Amino acid sequence: MEHLEKLENRSIHILREAYSEFTSLCMLWSIGKDSTVLLWLTRKAFFGHVPIPLVHIDTSYKIPEMIEYRDKLAFKWHLDMIYGINTKALEEKETFPDGNCTRLGCCKKLKTEALVNTLSGNWPRFRMNHDTCRYELDKNSEPYTGVIVGVRSDEEGSRSKERYFSPRGRTSNWAFADQPPEFWNQYKTDFAPGTHVRIHPLLDWTELDIWEYIKQEGIPVVSLYFNQGDGKRYRSLGCGPCTKPVESEAGNLKEIIEELKTGKFAKIAERSGRDQDKEDGGGLETLRVDGYM
Amino acid sequence: MALNDADNIQQDGQVRSVELREDMHIVIVGHVDHGKSTIIGRMLADTGSLPDGKLEFVRETCRRNSKPFEYAFLLDALKDEQSQGITIDAARCFFKTNKRHYIIIDAPGHIEFLKNMVTGAARAEAALLVIDAVEGVQENSRRHGYMLGMLGIKQVSVLINKMDLVDYRQEVYNVIRKNYLEFLGKIGVQTSSFVPVSGLEGDNIAYSSSRMGWFRGKTVIEVLDDFQAEKAPEDKPFRMPVQGVYKFTRHGDTRRIVAGSIESGRISVGDEVIFYPSGKKSTVKTIESFNEASRTSIGAGYAAGFTLTEQIYVNRGEVATLLKQPRPLVTSRIRANIFWLGKEPMEKGVDYILKLGTNRVSARLEEILMVIDASTLKNKKKVCIECHDVAECILKLERHIAFDLPEEVVQTGRFVIVDRYEIAGGGIAQESLQDEQSRVREKVHLRNYKWEKNLITEEERGERYNQRSCLILLTGPPDIERKPVAKALEQKLFTEGKFIYFLGIGNVLYGIDADIKLSEQNNREEHLRRLAEVSNLMIDAGLILIVTARELSQADLELMKMAVNPEKIQTVWLGEDITTDITFNLHIPDTTSIKKNVAQIKEYMQKRGIIFKLW
Repeated sequence: MEHLEKLENRSIHILREAYSEFTSLCMLWSIGKDSTVLLWLTRKAFFGHVPIPLVHIDTSYKIPEMIEYRDKLAFKWHLDMIYGINTKALEEKETFPDGNCTRLGCCKKLKTEALVNTLSGNWPRFRMNHDTCRYELDKNSEPYTGVIVGVRSDEEGSRSKERYFSPRGRTSNWAFADQPPEFWNQYKTDFAPGTHVRIHPLLDWTELDIWEYIKQEGIPVVSLYFNQGDGKRYRSLGCGPCTKPVESEAGNLKEIIEELKTGKFAKIAERSGRDQDKEDGGGLETLRVDGYM
Repeated sequence: MALNDADNIQQDGQVRSVELREDMHIVIVGHVDHGKSTIIGRMLADTGSLPDGKLEFVRETCRRNSKPFEYAFLLDALKDEQSQGITIDAARCFFKTNKRHYIIIDAPGHIEFLKNMVTGAARAEAALLVIDAVEGVQENSRRHGYMLGMLGIKQVSVLINKMDLVDYRQEVYNVIRKNYLEFLGKIGVQTSSFVPVSGLEGDNIAYSSSRMGWFRGKTVIEVLDDFQAEKAPEDKPFRMPVQGVYKFTRHGDTRRIVAGSIESGRISVGDEVIFYPSGKKSTVKTIESFNEASRTSIGAGYAAGFTLTEQIYVNRGEVATLLKQPRPLVTSRIRANIFWLGKEPMEKGVDYILKLGTNRVSARLEEILMVIDASTLKNKKKVCIECHDVAECILKLERHIAFDLPEEVVQTGRFVIVDRYEIAGGGIAQESLQDEQSRVREKVHLRNYKWEKNLITEEERGERYNQRSCLILLTGPPDIERKPVAKALEQKLFTEGKFIYFLGIGNVLYGIDADIKLSEQNNREEHLRRLAEVSNLMIDAGLILIVTARELSQADLELMKMAVNPEKIQTVWLGEDITTDITFNLHIPDTTSIKKNVAQIKEYMQKRGIIFKLW
């Protein structure tokens, strides 16, 4: 079996296990390339359908094209689309762009806190009504006990320690030093009340695998990843104020793949354009222990 | 906004526009401080897999801190600088040779981390086991070897490290090699090779050592390239644990797809499939996929899905097999070898969950036959299985499951044990043992195998009679009258136009059962089997069948479920006192009014959609 085929089939197996074993399941969709590949794999796993709600954490600072792309695909692919947001922090301007906290502090409020409270159902969730194409307050506030996330182990140090099914404590914390064993395609699908499990179907994929798969499958990705003629493109997507495009001429998938393989990015980390990583001393461990993606 | 050029769906999934690449996961194991990290560091350095300047940087840092340079520092440095570096992460590092890409999984050597070692090793296709030439074979050298065997890793190469510290002497190498081969022989693990190396000096890692002229074998890198990529077992009987049966009817999709990952064998359109443990049979109509070229056949390793020509009721947990191939074993008692990783020991009288394939079933430890120290191989007499123990034992499951012995299909012969919420152990089935239902099960499986299919489907019959066929079992304590209720229910529904029949137990006992004695307790099983078989025929004919029986137990019900689709059985307990362990669908404590009882059962049947309420 070919390399990408192997990865694809393992990921599909994991997605189907998650779907069967968790009654309250959701998938985080950041609109980035990885979680979009995850979404595509879900369509493959369920023969064209996406029977799992997709959750997006809106920081209000996402690049506008991302939201436009999200809603367009949500409508076209009949996605059960939900978003959560830290309304309070935004109203009180407790953000980095407002100059009231550090980058990391801002991430913690707009992403980690919003994520944890959206998953638990403590904060309101907004769900797309496909008849009107608008978001409405979601009546369901049941906590999600299974959360599918598109992290890859090659992204940065802390993510390499993840299991495919990784338990999170009552406060969404992650005890990475004491994780359950995982073997023979059997995963942690039993969990104590109040805890939840993060599921990582893309753990074995690399950045290059992701782009090659996007090309092979013809997966639509947001145009920000491509050079639009100004010699710049995004390699990793996040909030506008903290994510910088990289200098690159790559304008299509073939050029991106070439650039990763042999070009200037062959030995530079993917998240080098993300400022909060640097503030965290090079790893995301501080953020992730608290429940960050 | 422009969705990029790739919005068009590729019709031909066979055309791969990217270059083919071979990857292999290798685990590196061994006792703590025997030099795993040094060997990995050296492999990275000597294959040119390090970021530019990294090696010089670490050497310089060591010099300034007056520490001798070690390759293990390099590994640590790379871990720390994960966010800027590439190549490596805490548990895995990457490098490539001319032949393929490698992902090296660095398994911890401390016994406390055995569960991490198991997790790492289980992902690997081959293993390098490191033994210190000075210390020789140590506790975890043996334990890790044992675990590799249990995990089913067939390709193992043993590296005898730190040869520089024993002056590259052949005798040292020979003694350790002989010693360890003896151990591996006892546990039945094959090694592909032994290599004397020095991670520190680089002997026999990427380059053949001139200091060990006596060694004619291959270098570590050559050994890696000699490992064979694991082939999906397509030549074995077809096995696909069912992950789910999907029917997504929104947006007009009418397909009912049986989905799962194929563990072994191959399946094609038109093949007759039989599901175990239920023994239900059907034929493959189509093989389904999304964004792929349509196919008529699919084999091991694929996450597959297919539709069936006849709609049979199958569920997650069953194993799809092919009618013409060897059958899996089905029982609720298994002799197995187990390794235990749980904090709490495994004990008798505790309920565990056993997960095998997609099946999950409650399990208890019936008997410990033997506990083995995985390092000394000594047998220990113990009443429980403690953390890091390996044991041979008998497990009793709450329900029967389908599985294979490892020599048949290894993937469907192994399982994990969940204690409370955690995976606490792994096991490999060694033997299928007799249980209470063995005899009946065998007969039912043969009957299913030989079952003649009608042209009329269950749905068609249901539509004609305007009902869903089922078996209503009326049971209860001896002093409660059941027959009058059964007869009144039959009459009531008959007058309402239902196709219904009350089967008096005496009609069976003195007819079909005339050849077996009524009084003997061990004939009870055969009485029940025959009753169930008769019921099955009547249900198949589309009837609603009512049967009464005194004090049915859960074991009785389980026996009936062998022959009758469990989904089609509705049990009703009549009477206030519950005198058996049976789980019933409906409880009617007040039996003073037959009319009322009939109405209660009728209402229940409407609620379950067996009969329909008229507007």
